[in-house]
Amino acid sequence: MKIGLEHVGDLARGAAILGTGGGGDPYIGSLMLRQAIRDHGPVDLIEVDALGDTDFVVPFAMMGAPTVLVEKLPNGNEMVAALRLMERYRNEEARAILCAEIGGINALLPLVLAARCGLSVVDGDGMGRAFPQLQMVTYHICGVPLSPMVMTDEHSNAVLFECADAADAERFGRNLVVAMGGSANICLYPMRGSDAKRSMVRSTISLALGLGRTIRESRSAGCDPFDALLSYLHTTPYYQHCRVLFEGKTVDLLRETKAGWALGSVTVEGMRTCVGRQLDIQFQNEHLVAREGESVRAIVPDLIAILDAATAEPITTEGLKYGQRVKVLGISAAPIMRSKKALEVFGPQAFGLKEPFTPLELLNPEESR
Amino acid sequence: MRGQAIIGKHKAPTSADIVAGIVQAIREVLSRSHASAEKIGAVMIGTTHFTNAFVEARHLSRVGVIRLAAPATLSVRPLADWPPRLLDSVGGAAEIVSGGYNYDGRPIAPLDPGEIRRIAHELRARDIRAVAISSVFAPVNAAQEEAAARIVSEEMPGVLLTLSNEIGRLGLIERENATVMNSALLAMAARVMQSFRQALEELGIRAPFFVSQNDGTLLDPESMSRFPVLTFASGPTNSMRGAAFLSGASDTLVMDIGGTTADVGALVGGFPRESSIAVDIGGVRTNFRMPDILSIGLGGGSYVVSDAGTVRVGPRSVGYRLPMEALVFGGTQLTATDIAVAAGYAEVGDRDRVRHLDRKLVTAAVDEIHRLAEDALDRVKTSTTAVKLVLVGGGSILINRELKGVADMIVPSHADVANAIGAGIAQVSGEVDRIFSYDALGRDQSLQTAHAEATGRAIAAGAVAASVHVVDVEELPLQYLPGGSVRIRVKVVGDLNLGHTAV
Repeated sequence: MKIGLEHVGDLARGAAILGTGGGGDPYIGSLMLRQAIRDHGPVDLIEVDALGDTDFVVPFAMMGAPTVLVEKLPNGNEMVAALRLMERYRNEEARAILCAEIGGINALLPLVLAARCGLSVVDGDGMGRAFPQLQMVTYHICGVPLSPMVMTDEHSNAVLFECADAADAERFGRNLVVAMGGSANICLYPMRGSDAKRSMVRSTISLALGLGRTIRESRSAGCDPFDALLSYLHTTPYYQHCRVLFEGKTVDLLRETKAGWALGSVTVEGMRTCVGRQLDIQFQNEHLVAREGESVRAIVPDLIAILDAATAEPITTEGLKYGQRVKVLGISAAPIMRSKKALEVFGPQAFGLKEPFTPLELLNPEESR
Repeated sequence: MRGQAIIGKHKAPTSADIVAGIVQAIREVLSRSHASAEKIGAVMIGTTHFTNAFVEARHLSRVGVIRLAAPATLSVRPLADWPPRLLDSVGGAAEIVSGGYNYDGRPIAPLDPGEIRRIAHELRARDIRAVAISSVFAPVNAAQEEAAARIVSEEMPGVLLTLSNEIGRLGLIERENATVMNSALLAMAARVMQSFRQALEELGIRAPFFVSQNDGTLLDPESMSRFPVLTFASGPTNSMRGAAFLSGASDTLVMDIGGTTADVGALVGGFPRESSIAVDIGGVRTNFRMPDILSIGLGGGSYVVSDAGTVRVGPRSVGYRLPMEALVFGGTQLTATDIAVAAGYAEVGDRDRVRHLDRKLVTAAVDEIHRLAEDALDRVKTSTTAVKLVLVGGGSILINRELKGVADMIVPSHADVANAIGAGIAQVSGEVDRIFSYDALGRDQSLQTAHAEATGRAIAAGAVAASVHVVDVEELPLQYLPGGSVRIRVKVVGDLNLGHTAV
């Protein structure tokens, strides 16, 4: 399919839900994508199976502080410069662009690059949500090397480096981002079509589009957006296990920052069907775990999204404040993200949580709404 | 008002000619309160004039936009998301040129004076007289915007100019939008200020006048004519602050029940709690300080409908036709006002016209009205403890019993002019919103610096130094950046220095 101007709003809203509290506000990304589509035409979205096994494909993302991104917007050329350096280094032309992170602003930026280069974007990503670190992607879990990695800034200053280890690349990258003024454009995990087929979380761009479209249509039809969202998710291949975990009002909010991470927790006091109960959600940029008392209701990598109870508008951890009426949505992560190897990289222990990963559908056997 | 006391009031519908309306209203107030024009210490004006003009795209100037940012930001052009109607009257000339800063104040690129000069020439040739200058991280470093402004002023004598660092917070697109809005309104603002001045002269009032801005504090005429955009959406803020003032409460919920809706907000330290959501004005995204207000469909004119045993109140309403359409006024529509009269606790219209109503229906509707009010209050409360509530507006007659979660309910007198009272509270504010490095400065030093800068701005705006105090501090750590970079937002408020005039 072609992604045109009419799809940008849906994609941005869907990506914000999949950001599970983090991932950066997609608003700037949607402005960039609208301009890129106006200037260069709609973007071709292809299935991963449409790739040839030897096709060269490159994931693209931005790395850095969302607060910087809302001031120092990219110019677009530095995105192209990152891709070109990767191509030159590999002496090969990219056949398509991959998305690394479908949650938040990084859902939209690969499409901006693709529009500018006249390339296709593959429907899928490496997280099925948002995560805070470079190694927290299915590409890494499936054995695709992170390196070489390219980083560029708005002057198209470019740095290419090779690291043996993904965690080293994360550390190098983090320091370079600061030197580049707090945000940078990155190409990493360059791979073959065959690698993409085995390592991608598939169809997540379509998923984000579908989530956004469902909310928009349910609002204009005057239906309950949550019923519509659950019905829609039931039709998707991986995300049938979804629950409204809780409904209530945010009453307590703790935030602190450690080594550049936004850590904290929010307490939701039950209302309507949840009166007399309380849900605590802990976050590190993204929501990690939702607990009711001692018992876990959902835990990373399963998705925990906090949405406005009336409009289903997603609320980021930065946008949380006292007194909001919210519904908390739990969505099962794709099977590829629940493997033993995957859980080592972005399961509960990777974030210092004590509880083991338990799938959402086992924690919440009933289809409660 | 004399000190805390209200010595005269007058309420009149908005007039097409706002100056004539203001002159008429002040005349009425003076004659009713037997006060003489010379004794007036200050006149405060709250107006939606600029908001309306912008939203309706009336009397706006075409604006040349200069963004100092290249090579950054080229992926989103200025005015990218503006609705076509506003673009038609405001847009037409926008350029992104060399310049801008990083979050730590390092330049992205130097300013190119020749380029600014060229643009100024072109704008002049096209007869564009208003200019908006924005720059990346201008709240961190304003030097380039100021340098560009000097060049533009040299090349375009009499230019109507706004710089983004004077207007808004972090968030380039939102701040730039507000800067352009402001420049578009500057020509009109000069005319409005002139007519306010004339109006007061006509009345023989020599006292200074002020205009209220969206956070509930005051702008002097000079500031208003430079920053008309700051008056946007001052209306709801004034109503809430006025209500609080009348009741003597500074930390309270306020519920304003009108004909169609009930608006609920929270006051903290005498100021409305601000919305954290981006605010669209006429379809343009901004990051203005707006009060966080919840509107529900409950008012004096709300339809009351019985449907298979359940009674529903609102959200449909007869609105301003209440005096014709409600049963107690001889109409045919059962409204919330009719229920309050039938239940025996409100005295308006003709009670005989609602005697026939089914008692069960009346009781159920009264319950529903109070349930709606309680639900709205609960949604605005920030804690489970019972709170104070100030109830204002014509629809306040709908409430006659204690509300759940409310410890103390006050229905102040003069509530009908709460908006004007809110404008009359003589306070001015100062604000800082930028990024500090806790590693370089330390947290205490950073907060002190921010506090001192905000205080300086409040004093520059006319505050009595000794009265300046902090009303809001927010620390937002920058994610993904080591080095302890924290965005600090500090707002301070002080009493307006009215010199020796007795107020």
